[in-house]
Amino acid sequence: MRWRPQRWKPTASKKPPAMTTAVANATDARGSGPVPAPRGSRSTAPRGRRRLVTALIFLAPALFLLGVLIGYPVVYSVWRSLFDASGRNFVGGANYVTMFTDPATFIAIRNNVIWVIVAPITCTVLGLIFAVLMNRITWATAFKLIVFMPMAISMVASGVIFRTLFQENPDLGAVNAGLVAVHDAFSGGAAYPGARPRADNTTLVGTGGAVESATTVHTGQSQDFPLVGILGDTVPAAAADAVPAKSASGTEITGTVWLDFVKGGGGVNGQLGDGKKGLPGIEVDAIDSNGAVVASTRTGNDGTYVLSGLKAGDYRIGLPASNFAASYSGVSWLGPTLVTAVIILAYVWIWAGFAMVMIASGLSAMDVSLQEAARVDGASEWQVFRRITAPLLSPVLIVVFITLIINVLKIFDLVYVIPPGSSLPDATVIAVQLWTVSFGGGNDQGLGSALAILLLVLVLPFMIINVRRFRMEREQ
Amino acid sequence: MSSVAPVDLPVDRKTERQLARGEAAGANASAKRVKRRLTSRTATIAALIIAILWTTPTLGLLISSLRPAKEVATTGWWTIFSNWGFTFDNYVQVLSAGNTQLTMGEAFLNSIAITLPATVIPLVIASLAAYAFAWIDFKGKDWVFIGVFALQIVPLQMALVPLLTLFSRGLNVGGVQLFSGLNQGTSYSQVWIAHTIFALPLAIFLLHNFVSEIPRELIEAARVDGAGHGQIFFRIILPLTMPAIAAFGIFQFLWVWNDLLVALVFADGTVAPITKLLAEVTGKYGQEWHLLTAGAFIAIVIPLVVFFALQRYFVRGLLAGSTKG
Repeated sequence: MRWRPQRWKPTASKKPPAMTTAVANATDARGSGPVPAPRGSRSTAPRGRRRLVTALIFLAPALFLLGVLIGYPVVYSVWRSLFDASGRNFVGGANYVTMFTDPATFIAIRNNVIWVIVAPITCTVLGLIFAVLMNRITWATAFKLIVFMPMAISMVASGVIFRTLFQENPDLGAVNAGLVAVHDAFSGGAAYPGARPRADNTTLVGTGGAVESATTVHTGQSQDFPLVGILGDTVPAAAADAVPAKSASGTEITGTVWLDFVKGGGGVNGQLGDGKKGLPGIEVDAIDSNGAVVASTRTGNDGTYVLSGLKAGDYRIGLPASNFAASYSGVSWLGPTLVTAVIILAYVWIWAGFAMVMIASGLSAMDVSLQEAARVDGASEWQVFRRITAPLLSPVLIVVFITLIINVLKIFDLVYVIPPGSSLPDATVIAVQLWTVSFGGGNDQGLGSALAILLLVLVLPFMIINVRRFRMEREQ
Repeated sequence: MSSVAPVDLPVDRKTERQLARGEAAGANASAKRVKRRLTSRTATIAALIIAILWTTPTLGLLISSLRPAKEVATTGWWTIFSNWGFTFDNYVQVLSAGNTQLTMGEAFLNSIAITLPATVIPLVIASLAAYAFAWIDFKGKDWVFIGVFALQIVPLQMALVPLLTLFSRGLNVGGVQLFSGLNQGTSYSQVWIAHTIFALPLAIFLLHNFVSEIPRELIEAARVDGAGHGQIFFRIILPLTMPAIAAFGIFQFLWVWNDLLVALVFADGTVAPITKLLAEVTGKYGQEWHLLTAGAFIAIVIPLVVFFALQRYFVRGLLAGSTKG
């Protein structure tokens, strides 16, 4: 419901809805209202008293609940934080000392700092990009719904979603599955973990995971690599029966790398034939006397390789360790080091939509004539954005940013749900720590109250900014 | 465009409508022009990629929750085409799973029983207060109002310990018991009260903004006709404020439904809502993804329905309430 007394000003209706701006405070939410709330000036004493009584009747339930149940807790928390876990012994500032010396709470504070630095800025920037994009596509409403949808979901459910996405097993976790697919596409070669020459093979040596020829090989000669220790199913389906390499020219060294083992037995160790498979995709290096790799190639499907373009001389031929490393299986996302990053990502997934909608409503309330004029004058889209749109938008951006900071300082649900028990100590934040020490096992409500005070102190500056902005708006 | 006709030009109804139409058409045309020029292929592609990225997590959850347990344990949801198979077993199973005190199905009902009163009660109280702040003059009004405004940013966490103490032990002042405390674990009342007080500052502030925009003439006229504050409130304020009340109501509904922290502290035992049970089950069933995904989807289905059905109000309400918590 909008009140539009001046009906010939269509711009009045273009303002974002009152509810949007009410908390935003950025644009004048009350601007289109015809009359501000009445300010008392004509009241005489008895009427004033009667009005006070009436007001009290209307306000009583609210003020009672707020006073008893929010005002009292703040005072009680300060008082309670000066007592120990039992609540009977006065300990002064001991809880506060504990708070800053206890490693667990210290990690919580550190993580909160990381959160405040990373999350609000990421959400705001993404929101800005999305909002600008939204203005340039024909399906803006659908896009808005899609990006905004996560805000409807509880953080607990989002936590479950992100836990499934970031599972370590690449067969189950979508993100690791993607990483492995990309990794395998770029690394090209197949991996043969555990492959090695037979112990009685004197022409090859295994050093630090790599396999090398025991002696140097002269150009024009060949060097074979019969390997064992490979599980049958890690040999790619493309592998063909191994064949002897073609003889090498004066600038080449050739050879074959094969699996020196036949399923079901048979064959002569170290000899080709009898259906032994070549090992495709293995990297083969020629190393000169200085230890430098001068030529490198990969084996074909039949296991043969040709190192060409060599200067006549002696080389060691090696298969580097990368061929035999365990295959890449993704990243341990929910481990201690990365878990906070994953939780922040989940937060961004949820709150970028909020930033987008706020900024988009700021954009649509904007008078576009300036931008139009700049474009007519030949400004590029980037210049228009950088010099006109962004500065005009800055009040909205600041509101979004401050809102997100307040929100992030109090983050709880996501951090409570996403990390597995083993990495929760590394992901913890103040709100989670507060809950843990007060209710979730710690049972020390004195320390919990001290953490509550810390949280209040951290939120306070932003609260003051909000109140000040609100008062300025009222006085206008 | 405002120059089409002077404000006080006398026109009959028909002409007026016609002018309004013309204005709307003009606005539409220019908007379309601007839009067409700015629509670009790069933007469309980028938006498409973002849309896919943003939908995938939820889609994956939905698909996983519908796959047979054996498949979920060994393959990812993106292999659904090579490992085809759908089932509702996970949902049937998870609805009867839970902890020793209650099942997921019961927790779902608890969520409803908690959410509805916790949405209505604060709205009633807040609209009364909003009216008083907007239309009754009394000493110190501005300061009280600013105090209420400031309260909305006090972290919820702050009130947990004191409130719990209050609820469990009651309040004694000078040996007189003012409040005897509430029985924990058996009633919803402490969750309702907790949600109500955490909703009030924001609700009062938002509704006040709206109520104070009602034209003064309307209220003056009612006063001249002899209406008291009560009549004005019920006959004028409430009907006119309905859109704002609806928007905030939706926000509060979702906020309470999705809340975990208040539930963890105040909803023990048999009154726990679905979020709390889901969080518990996440720890307990760690790797039983077929149950977890089905449970999570049950928890989000109501918010999603509300979101898609009422998205216009929803957006307003949610933006308005973003600093809460």
